[in-house]
Amino acid sequence: MKLLFERSTPGHAHTILPELDVDMPALPEGAARGQRPHLPELAEIELGRHYTELAKQTHGVNDGFYPLGSCTMKYNPRVNEQAAALAGFADIHPLQPACTVQGALGVMAETADALAEICGMDAVTLQPAAGAHGEYTGLLLIRAYHLERGDTARTKIIVPDSAHGTNPASAVMAGFTVVSVPSNAQGGVDLDALRAAVGPDTAGLMLTNPNTLGLFDPNILEICRIVHEAGGLCYYDGANLNAVMGHARPGDMGFDCVHVNLHKTFSTPHGGGGPGSGPVGCKAFLSRYLPGPIVRKGEQGYELFKPEKSVGRVRSFHGNFLVVVRALTYITMLGAEGLPEASAHAVLNANYLMKRLEGSWFVPYGELCMHEFVIDVAPLKAETGVSAMDVAKRMLDFGIHPPTMYFPLIVHEALMVEPTETESKAELDAFIEIMDRIWQEAHEDGARLHEAPLACAIGRPDEVGAARNPHLRYEFGDLS
Amino acid sequence: MGSYIPASAQETSELLDAVGIASLDDLYRQVPPEARIDKLDLPSGMSELEALAHLEDLADKDVRFRDVYRGAGAYRHYIPAIVKTVTSKEEFLTAYTPYQAEISQGVLQSIFEYQTQMCELTGMDVSNASVYDGATAAAEGLLMCLDRKRGTVVVSATAHPHVIETVRTYCASRNVPVTVVPAGDGLATDPAAIAAALDATVAAVYVQSPNRYGVIEDVAAIADAAHAAGAKLVQGFNPISLGILKTPREYGADVAVGEGQPLGLPLGFGGPYLGIMCATKDLMRKLPGRIVGETADAQGRRAYVLTLQAREQHIRREKASSNICSNEALCAMTASVYLAAMGDAGLRRAAELSYAHAHYLADRLGELGFALVSPKPFFHEFVTTVPGDAAAIEQALAGKGILCGLPIDEGMLWCATELNSKARIDALIDALKEVGLS
Repeated sequence: MKLLFERSTPGHAHTILPELDVDMPALPEGAARGQRPHLPELAEIELGRHYTELAKQTHGVNDGFYPLGSCTMKYNPRVNEQAAALAGFADIHPLQPACTVQGALGVMAETADALAEICGMDAVTLQPAAGAHGEYTGLLLIRAYHLERGDTARTKIIVPDSAHGTNPASAVMAGFTVVSVPSNAQGGVDLDALRAAVGPDTAGLMLTNPNTLGLFDPNILEICRIVHEAGGLCYYDGANLNAVMGHARPGDMGFDCVHVNLHKTFSTPHGGGGPGSGPVGCKAFLSRYLPGPIVRKGEQGYELFKPEKSVGRVRSFHGNFLVVVRALTYITMLGAEGLPEASAHAVLNANYLMKRLEGSWFVPYGELCMHEFVIDVAPLKAETGVSAMDVAKRMLDFGIHPPTMYFPLIVHEALMVEPTETESKAELDAFIEIMDRIWQEAHEDGARLHEAPLACAIGRPDEVGAARNPHLRYEFGDLS
Repeated sequence: MGSYIPASAQETSELLDAVGIASLDDLYRQVPPEARIDKLDLPSGMSELEALAHLEDLADKDVRFRDVYRGAGAYRHYIPAIVKTVTSKEEFLTAYTPYQAEISQGVLQSIFEYQTQMCELTGMDVSNASVYDGATAAAEGLLMCLDRKRGTVVVSATAHPHVIETVRTYCASRNVPVTVVPAGDGLATDPAAIAAALDATVAAVYVQSPNRYGVIEDVAAIADAAHAAGAKLVQGFNPISLGILKTPREYGADVAVGEGQPLGLPLGFGGPYLGIMCATKDLMRKLPGRIVGETADAQGRRAYVLTLQAREQHIRREKASSNICSNEALCAMTASVYLAAMGDAGLRRAAELSYAHAHYLADRLGELGFALVSPKPFFHEFVTTVPGDAAAIEQALAGKGILCGLPIDEGMLWCATELNSKARIDALIDALKEVGLS
């Protein structure tokens, strides 16, 4: 595919803006730009066709099954887009007087209230722009809590070895050091290791439950108790909330604060990597530290205020508001019954896939999984030489986005499968057939799978070369 | 109740049978009873028609102004029709991060194009694939300059207040001291005051130009001061201004960061926006977040991949350069489509119209006693005195469909873009005369 810059022809243009209607005053001395930017010169049709071509080489949720573990690639409802495009949301300035944005503040208040109820929390900020940003924000609350009590020795955050990479990275950004605790034989937190890890230097624990193996930790109450008794707080990584909405709440499990990913659980689109939204909820005793401003109901209607001991802003304005609008649309439609139903079907679909696949494929953990499960390709690799990478790349030929590969790190040849609730039995059965076929291919001609994908626009790109000799922008050369 | 589950009762019972359980409830038998709930205390679900009507009711409660003279970090520009057409394509809208390069060449190539355009716009060598917004870009831009010997940063008070607040938050948690240098004369940064704040511990200086008051800063002098003290310069920029104003590279910046919202993104009550981050080659491996690079497959076909991932959290965990994972990819694509549609000539026109309209607006407001507070050159925002009660003026104009400048401590902060035509500015002036000023 040609790049935008390779399609450019001098003199082609798209007429967008009018001529100047007032005098152009001279620029101050020394302020004018010297070198002009190379931007492509294209007529609108050329631009349109360029992006249509790029779209054809992009796999979205509507292009096929997308069982990407821990990413919750569920269907993104159209009505969400329509709501977010309403001019009353899309064309309002973030610094308008509060009395002129009562609808937008209402959206924020309704969403915050609903998320608090779903998570069992007392207060919610919508400011964080993504999950990792939410983790960072939640950890700032924990930090502020200890510091205000003068408990300056609490510098360590405990993270299980099955955790997402953002957890330890967020802990470091929030000024903590990371203590990793191993998983037990059942894939849950090893209680003895946890008891040994906690102490007067424990600031808190970060946990995903269900965890990245797709298992609900049956010891969850005990885990939170151990941390609390040591004086630490418990942070819930909401990446896997889609398993438990309306069935179990982090707040009832013992967690003190939580982030949720609106772009996972609440059906807002991923946009090729963002924008997401990572609201943070907390128990009442942490709410005074939340980033401001947040919405409350005042005498004149909704108003924005800054909590008294706020950790400060984590970004500009009020968060990814138009993502919040989409999530509220989804929550409004599903409501009290629909959210638990969505979670139950997400879990049912995962269990169905796991049961049907575990005849041939090796599933190391769990007789009953939550919304996702992990296949370990190591036995197949030992037998045939075919790796998790090979299996994943072969799936591409069948129009399927592969599961998350090589994660969690504690399963070395992991394929982490999360079907979500928005896939039908027919889709799941088709996936099982493809997995059976790949299983057969691995045994008949495993070497061929090292070459997969065989039918995509490109084969496996040279990633080592890309990193060794970084080529991060188009070079225009002397001619342009 | 609404649902997006494609399962009949028959299919659901087939799935339950295959799993070997009697009911959906059995799926949760691992959950301790104390952690189970029966029911969420939320309203019942509803149909699409009813849900959209609820959201429409909320949207109708917001006032959408015909004329906006307010910027302060969020700017209403014209958005070419093709921008929304492209970015609403379902493939771009719904795809995940392009970790599977073989079926993601479209989105990867678009990020590569975006990175190229950001480098061209700013004059810098490398760009990442975006961060959350301009404020987090500034914070990350400063943090990436830290090293073992230099652990503090200096920020000019003329930066956007949300930027300063976000920098303080990010730095406080890492125990990085922040010195905020007060504005000098004319709502501008005083390079000598910056120089005076520098010592051997300072890793980087942040200055924004045009600054929060619209003033075009003497960035070259500030860059010289920073470099003389061995510190890096992180410059905040407005992307539209670079249609006519000197680039961060031309000023000598080491890192250039900006709020990308003016490039085709709607006001949207503050988000999602776009954090632009560019740097010199030397700092390439310190940039946070995703970066796309060009490579080839085994047959030599050109291919794009996420690269330099050894910087990132999913590889490096606690040693990563940042925790960022999800970014603002679709907003970056929006900016890229915007710049491709505008071209150099279109971008320049947007900048010229904004600049010319703002100066015309300042002249006309001056006739009514709104005097410029600073004699310094400005781009498309400026501060005036207020000959009357700011709140009363704001309210009276709102009644006429006009969002006036933002009342701030220093007066009123006005903004104009290509959308504020001469005819509309004349109408504003007439409206101001009508409502009276006190």
